[in-house]
Amino acid sequence: MKIGVLALQGDFDAHRKRLEELGAGVVLVKKPEQLDEIDGLIIPGGESSTFLKLLGEAGFEKLKQFVRLKPTFGTCAGAILLANEVENPPQAGLGALDIRIRRNAYGRQLDSSIREGKFDNTPIEMVFIRAPKIERVGPAVEILATEGEDPVVVRQGKVMAATFHPELSGDTRVHRTFLDLVSDSTS
Amino acid sequence: MSQHNGNPTSLRLKTGLAEMLKGGVIMDVTNAEQALIAEKSGAVSVMALERVPAQIRAEGGVARMASPKKIREIMAAVSIPVMAKCRIGHFAEAQILQELGVDYIDESEVLTPADEAHHVDKHAFNVPFVCGARNLGEALRRIAEGAAMIRTKGEAGTGDVVHAVKHIRQIVQEMKILTVLSEEELYAKAKEHQAPYELIKLVAKEGKLPVPNFSAGGIATPADASLVMQLGAEAVFVGSGIFMKDSTTFAEPEEAAKRARAIVKAATHFNDPKVLLEVSENLTGAMKGLAVAALDEAQMLQTRGW
Repeated sequence: MKIGVLALQGDFDAHRKRLEELGAGVVLVKKPEQLDEIDGLIIPGGESSTFLKLLGEAGFEKLKQFVRLKPTFGTCAGAILLANEVENPPQAGLGALDIRIRRNAYGRQLDSSIREGKFDNTPIEMVFIRAPKIERVGPAVEILATEGEDPVVVRQGKVMAATFHPELSGDTRVHRTFLDLVSDSTS
Repeated sequence: MSQHNGNPTSLRLKTGLAEMLKGGVIMDVTNAEQALIAEKSGAVSVMALERVPAQIRAEGGVARMASPKKIREIMAAVSIPVMAKCRIGHFAEAQILQELGVDYIDESEVLTPADEAHHVDKHAFNVPFVCGARNLGEALRRIAEGAAMIRTKGEAGTGDVVHAVKHIRQIVQEMKILTVLSEEELYAKAKEHQAPYELIKLVAKEGKLPVPNFSAGGIATPADASLVMQLGAEAVFVGSGIFMKDSTTFAEPEEAAKRARAIVKAATHFNDPKVLLEVSENLTGAMKGLAVAALDEAQMLQTRGW
């Protein structure tokens, strides 16, 4: 099983480490053609506006096709990229998740926080950094984790997103859930 | 608050934001228009300034924290994180910047130092700090004080990359040496580097700094960004190199945007000469710059800080 981590910018190295810890083969993806070699993709945290710029039109289109075919997991900026509606300010999304997501919804860095939420009805640590909030969830979207009233991990088909950074916590459950999604879809 | 007792939750959030900036370009801007150009070109963050380092160098006088009004204007213009500089040791400027809500504070040698012996106790703040360093000892002293990100000092405002290279090489080499030393040798190294033993030991074990390590000070072209990143920097700060034509006049906005886009691509594809050629080819000129070798010791900004 080969998992790609989009490595244009952001905390892609933290995802690489986590995936290797869990025994997955990792490819750092910087070029569109590398998407053809992988079974699943993680879009890391970083600046979503920078990702869009670095993808360019061709890269964006190629990625849009990829997320319709293969399992993809986005954290924070990655979740923003996967949404079909982005606010504050509005920006292009890949439309793989029927959600409305609001950038920097908690405020600035001083409002970043580590909280306890619920994943699969059990407590889990959540690191929120200038995090977005999912404001609307479409009927086909399943909520896998919540923090207070807010959905913070969601899934629609083969696509998953977290508004926080499981790659910055010791708990490996969120990544393992994604790897299960990848092995289910390759078997 | 004494050293090493920074709240660990707070430190994770501070370095967490630096993690998100990796592989990116942080650009110096002096107004909302430049901030928008930076954001549209793919900058991961902007440094809000009254004057860029090249102007500070040319105009002289005391360089202080930018006016809060100016910083606020820049914060309102963009959705990416906004950093601002305070003078070395000027914790009151830092308190004002924290109150204003900036996302990172650069305790910077580019501004005129406010304290000749002490840096800011950065553990006392919730806002994260980045500090400059020329060698490993300086980097670890700043980390002990609570810095959540280190950048090379280089020589700001010159467009000459030579000292950014010198400093990143120095830090990386000193870290490599630690990894092969024995326990008792590490005690001697702590003394030599004038840095806390616990941090020396941590670097010896991990082979890298416990916080992200970026580069700054004279980076002006896509090739410069690639060079420092190939040498081990995890992201770059570009100061005067994007928006300045020479040390006193601004480049045309289209020219600045072109340079900004090229450096952003270079930071991502820093080890891909094909992309580097492509982005370099589209550029018509770079900041004129100032050779560091021609500067007197007294004109150097990097010697500020202790």
